[in-house]
Amino acid sequence: MKLRYFAWVRERVGRDEEEIDLPDGVADIAGLMAWLAGRDEGYAAAFAEPDVIRAALDQTHVDHDASLAGSREVAFFPPMTGG
Amino acid sequence: MKPWNPHIRVQAEPFDAAHESQILTAGRKDVGAVVTFTGLCRDEGGRLAALELEHYPGMAEAEISRIAGQAKERWPLLGLTAIHRTGRIAPGEPIVLVVTASAHRKAAFEAAEFLMDFLKTRAPFWKKEHHKDGASGEWVDARDADDDAAGRW
Repeated sequence: MKLRYFAWVRERVGRDEEEIDLPDGVADIAGLMAWLAGRDEGYAAAFAEPDVIRAALDQTHVDHDASLAGSREVAFFPPMTGG
Repeated sequence: MKPWNPHIRVQAEPFDAAHESQILTAGRKDVGAVVTFTGLCRDEGGRLAALELEHYPGMAEAEISRIAGQAKERWPLLGLTAIHRTGRIAPGEPIVLVVTASAHRKAAFEAAEFLMDFLKTRAPFWKKEHHKDGASGEWVDARDADDDAAGRW
């Protein structure tokens, strides 16, 4: 599964994308964020306040309880500030 | 009404609002109203050197298309253009353009405002400030007022 990061999530994680094998027991966006937060200090800083983070599955906005099953690409980013 | 598709572009280059507006009306006589909105980069009282616009390629275009599709379903529009720039943008330069065309003004006004409210809260773009003193500044915080504006629709 491909993970992508944007804006300050990207800066804190220290990379813009990576491929991972989804660990057993991680089924949804919230679970994936909790697992990522435990990887190192950068990930911990990026996902310290998971409620703030927005997520997309295959380039469509989703809530944190969305199932990861069948998705190829997950993206994490702060609330959007375009326009 | 003839079938038509919104014009959606995400690009680094500047755009010409007048030209984009003319494209929507060229050669037709059914359009009675065109609303053009341009969002510009402010200098925030002189302290800002530039904004850096990051985006999620692919999803940015897809999300703007989804928002445009909703506007098209909701109002009797005859044309719609949305352009969002990326990369480094200096104060005074344009960032975003929305053009809506309809037979009567109400649909064009409302659809343009709807598009901007949802572009700001749903399209995956993020602004970072670069300050005149050379400091790479902060990521711009999302404003509750923008969520409130989108929520009223």
